[in-house]
Amino acid sequence: MGYHRPDRVEDAFQALAQGASVIAGGTDWYPARGDGPVPQHLLDITRLPQFSGIARHDGGWRIGAATSWSAIVNADLPPAFAGLQAAGREVGSVQIQNAGTIGGNLCNASPAADGMPALLTLDAHVQLVSAKGTRRLPLAQFVTGARQTALQPGELLQAIDIPDTWAAPGTGAAFAKLGARKYLVISIAMVAAILRLNAGRVADARVAVGACSAVAQRLGALEAALQGATPDEFAARVAQAPLTGLSPIADVRGSAEYRLDAVRELLSRALMTAAEAANER
Amino acid sequence: MKDNATPPFGADPCATEFRLNGASVAVSAPPGERLSQSLRERLGTRDVKIGCNAGDCGACTVLVDGAPVCACLMPTARVAGASVETQSGLVAHDPLAQRLADSFHAHQAAQCGICTPGMMVAAMALLRAVPSPTAAQVEDALGGVLCRCTGYRKIIDAVVDAGVGGMPPQPPSTGDVGQAIPRLDGRPKLDGRERFGDDIAPADTLVLRVIRSPHHHARFRLGDLQAWQAANPWVALVLTAADIPGRNLFGVIPGFIDQPVFANDTVRFKGEAVAAVVGPADAMAQFDAGQFPITWDPLPAVLDVATATAPDAPRLHPGHEGNILCQGFVKHGDADGAMAAADVQVEGQFETSYVEHGYIEPEAGMADLVDGRLHIYGCTQAPVMDQEALAPILALPLDRIRVLPSATGGGFGSKIDISFQPFVALAALRLGRAVRITYSRQETMASTTKRHPAQISLKVGAQADGTLAAIAFEGQFNTGAYASWGPTVANRVPIHASGPYALRNYIARAQGVYTNGTPAGAFRGFGVPQSAVAQEVLFDELADKLGQDALEFRIKNALTNGTPTICGQVFQQGVGIKACLQALRPAWARLNAEAQAFNAQAGVLRRGVGVAGGWYGCGNTSLPNPSTIKAGVRADGTVVLHQGAADIGQGSNTVIPQIFARALGVDVAQIAVIDGDTDRTPDAGKTSASRQTFVTGNAARLAGEALRRLLLAQVNAADDSRIVLGTAQGTGLVVEDATGPHRLRLADLPVDAEGYVLRVQETYDPPTLPLDENGQGAPYAQYGYAAHLAMVEVDTKLGTTRVLQIVAAHDVGCAINPLLVEGQVQGGVAQGLGMALMEEYLPGRTENLHDYLMPTFGDVPPIETLIIEEPDAHGPYGAKGLGEHALIPTAPAILNAIGRATGARLRKLPVTPARLRAALKEVGHA
Ligand SMILES: Cc1cc2nc3c(=O)[nH]c(=O)nc-3n(C[C@H](O)[C@H](O)[C@H](O)COP(=O)(O)OP(=O)(O)OC[C@H]3O[C@@H](n4cnc5c(N)ncnc54)[C@H](O)[C@@H]3O)c2cc1C
Ligand code: FES
Ligand code: FES
Repeated sequence: MGYHRPDRVEDAFQALAQGASVIAGGTDWYPARGDGPVPQHLLDITRLPQFSGIARHDGGWRIGAATSWSAIVNADLPPAFAGLQAAGREVGSVQIQNAGTIGGNLCNASPAADGMPALLTLDAHVQLVSAKGTRRLPLAQFVTGARQTALQPGELLQAIDIPDTWAAPGTGAAFAKLGARKYLVISIAMVAAILRLNAGRVADARVAVGACSAVAQRLGALEAALQGATPDEFAARVAQAPLTGLSPIADVRGSAEYRLDAVRELLSRALMTAAEAANER
Repeated sequence: MKDNATPPFGADPCATEFRLNGASVAVSAPPGERLSQSLRERLGTRDVKIGCNAGDCGACTVLVDGAPVCACLMPTARVAGASVETQSGLVAHDPLAQRLADSFHAHQAAQCGICTPGMMVAAMALLRAVPSPTAAQVEDALGGVLCRCTGYRKIIDAVVDAGVGGMPPQPPSTGDVGQAIPRLDGRPKLDGRERFGDDIAPADTLVLRVIRSPHHHARFRLGDLQAWQAANPWVALVLTAADIPGRNLFGVIPGFIDQPVFANDTVRFKGEAVAAVVGPADAMAQFDAGQFPITWDPLPAVLDVATATAPDAPRLHPGHEGNILCQGFVKHGDADGAMAAADVQVEGQFETSYVEHGYIEPEAGMADLVDGRLHIYGCTQAPVMDQEALAPILALPLDRIRVLPSATGGGFGSKIDISFQPFVALAALRLGRAVRITYSRQETMASTTKRHPAQISLKVGAQADGTLAAIAFEGQFNTGAYASWGPTVANRVPIHASGPYALRNYIARAQGVYTNGTPAGAFRGFGVPQSAVAQEVLFDELADKLGQDALEFRIKNALTNGTPTICGQVFQQGVGIKACLQALRPAWARLNAEAQAFNAQAGVLRRGVGVAGGWYGCGNTSLPNPSTIKAGVRADGTVVLHQGAADIGQGSNTVIPQIFARALGVDVAQIAVIDGDTDRTPDAGKTSASRQTFVTGNAARLAGEALRRLLLAQVNAADDSRIVLGTAQGTGLVVEDATGPHRLRLADLPVDAEGYVLRVQETYDPPTLPLDENGQGAPYAQYGYAAHLAMVEVDTKLGTTRVLQIVAAHDVGCAINPLLVEGQVQGGVAQGLGMALMEEYLPGRTENLHDYLMPTFGDVPPIETLIIEEPDAHGPYGAKGLGEHALIPTAPAILNAIGRATGARLRKLPVTPARLRAALKEVGHA
């Protein structure tokens, strides 16, 4: 019982073993309680040393799970991170970005988590730690369903690793979110795109879509179809690509049909923005 | 039933030390307690507001080490060693915050003031980082705070002007009628002193929580309550229907009092109250309502008008065949004949949704026993109606109940009905001590009244020259499980569904229909915004069919002085709709030209300009509707105004004194005002139907005039004498006439029980006439008029709509305080915009502020207010009501703008991106 905010990961494992509820920014944790009582045994992970901050490490970048969206938005990061930073800028509001963390976004595993698509396009891996040790998983294997993750009992998400795949010149990235109002809005659909242009043509591209399936999806067929395309061919290739893997639901925010329709437009726009950014480099 | 043997509070409290507004504090709280809760209840920092407990409203924004966060999403223990700043501390210690408060005051950026702490705290973080912010930077920085009153524009102006180089406007000083003075009650909203419904009770007050139905329609059986209470010794009291000493019913309209305080054995909507539990605050915070002993037996539910009126539908209330609540009807001339003979006709079926009032302050208050009398504190729009509703429930005489309204953080109609009051009243009477309650966001959304969803079928005919020939209107209004103001909606709509136009042939029928939905009640416009959507949208289609300009078509048909309304009422003066429409001509030409130029470039974005008119009768429909104002003079010369009109942010605490001061002939600042207390202020009626400025304003004018006569008579001074009050209140009273000054010898006069040597009390009741069986008569003494222009930009690929500009022309007769007029207009426009584009309450599904979307910063465009003053024969100094008018034309103007931008004809509100995209595809957009 009680509130634990350890600065040693061993203490965190002990609290976990005793059934503490993990809280990072709290921006999903508290709303999930509704009008019911709040748990009385908490493990606050925001002071654990390896859990915060953004750093270079061998062959890539490492973002601590408890890094706030504001820290990500304000960090000086390479162009490939533009989509992730744009997504961060659209998470809720300044208040939510100041508290909410990237790790909480992933662990909460909402189909509408804005962080997912950009991280998928960045080939992110998650680093999970427990008393038994550390393991690494590709992000797509970490979030397994709506509100479901591969997190084992006793395990914490420590960091997100992003390889240097996209360090080459000519890279641009973008994020496009569709919501029914300006601020504080949950995505009806959102897409992230990242691409490298070579002599004006796509040399490599990744696109991912959120809020149109239980877990955000990369669109492999579209990525392949974009190979060699010039930006003015994007719309046509997007129009023809099968949106395999997307199975949107109808909810208060929009119909399934609408989501599929809007997603193609969002994809075209995000790809155009990414291409413009790539050309500027 | 879960295991309830363990006490609900298990963990040891954590001690947390931090700096709060510059001072070191230590607080001991349960481990997961929200910082907002600790700040308010354990540290007395009640300027931190709680609107949702979920991060959705931003009212709880505080600075933690300089960064704005939602205190409702932060564990108190997290801030150990940190510095926390709130509105009250910032304004007390930081000159920049004082400048910000001054700017808010001058701009009237706070209306009800419940969002103001969050707004100012978020603004401080911005101003400290960016000394001269732009409007766009203000929107980004404050985007996490919702405001339901202002429409945001005044807040943007206030923050920009608080920056370096900004210049808050200098308000004029005497406060005479016509002057844009700041709110007289404005300062406490800006420095954290204001006390709303949840800010009254001491921290150790017992807390009441209502147990509510999780089903739309169900029978239920209560378990063994005695055993349950024995197993939970912290429970101070359980209340159910069996505990009600009087009549277990409430409502607002005689003959339609049909809602139980606690359901007996059947619930008719999800969120209906069945019981209440009272206990100490810390125990109640850990109480899981799911463990209350009750079993449910769900019944088939009817949630919309079609299923509720189907032959096999369950009948929800005895005596209401077909679930029909009641019906309103107006017939003028021969609509059928004229329609058949009309050169052109248009028709359409329209549908609107439930709309949530969305005030940021959930219902909250406290009841206590004081000298054997029941005192009710809390937010309300109608203190005397509260008193009258409680008396039969509690079986108490009226004079045993005193209602002391707190500041009210928005109401917009829903806080006219009682909500929390009977629960805490019953508990306080039973326990003999104070009991408080605060609705959760989910609870206020699920249980209090909404705007009626409407289904409307409308036909309009005109002659080839553009003269309106006939209108036929049928409307069904879903009133939910209980009547509330449903009868008023059914009556008002037929009287207004023609819009403010001259028309000889008219027929309109409106029905209220019971369903298992959340009760629908009063909400800015009582059904008229819904009917205006149908009528104004079809007017545009008619103008198109006739090949006429949409604005000129309306001007041609506008009602004028001397022309009968569709109720056969003739106004010889004050019909201002034509002036409103004409005032829009320059903006109409300019914005249409802009839109055309924009659309000349091909692209997915299309712009369009739409127009709509509206009218609204002020006060009750053909019923007595008096307001009374009292004033007194103390022996020291202080003039005291007893002002009982509830100020829910709309400004009657400022307007009524301004009118009174004008009538008396003094500066408004010299008057002492006592507001809201059923013991001290006579009945000024409810704050609804745009009646306070008109009706209570007239009572204030009469009282001011009477007091003036009384004062002058003391020294036999002539009518045109000047009344001079000492510069400070209570420093004597002098009457000056041609012969010089005469000091009144007030000290020689006998002093009455209230400390007055002179007193006046005046009542005003607007002259109306009953309606006959065809709805002919004089339902209102005055109407107010409005016309709006909207320019929109539609993203045709995504179906999203951005409103770029609103121009709102309002005939207010006489703008008592032009800044308050602008505030009402901008707030109303924002609500109309929400109704048009995003607001859709679905019982059981959108009971929170992230699934139910209201406009945020950045959704509300610049709003230009054009004030028209066509004096009314009855209004004080010609003034007319305004509250409801502000949102009536907005939604149809936006729909018409979307139609002109894209050709899409929308029939269902709100026009969400999904609906608009579907409509766009139908008219051929790729
Ligand atoms: C008003 C509002 C608006 C929002 N808008 C958006 C939006 O636009 N887009 C969006 O994507 N999200 C939005 N959110 C959701 C939320 O802010 C984000 O998902 C945020 O990133 C969650 O992070 P957190 O640190 O607050 O998570 P927390 O609430 O602290 O935790 C979330 C869950 O993850 C678990 N957890 C957290 N960190 C770890 C870890 N390191 N290891 C193991 N488990 C962990 C917790 O136990 C909990 O179950 C919004 C929330 C609110 C309240
Ligand atoms: S109360 Fe915290 S955001 Fe609404
Ligand atoms: S003034 Fe903003 S909510 Fe009332």
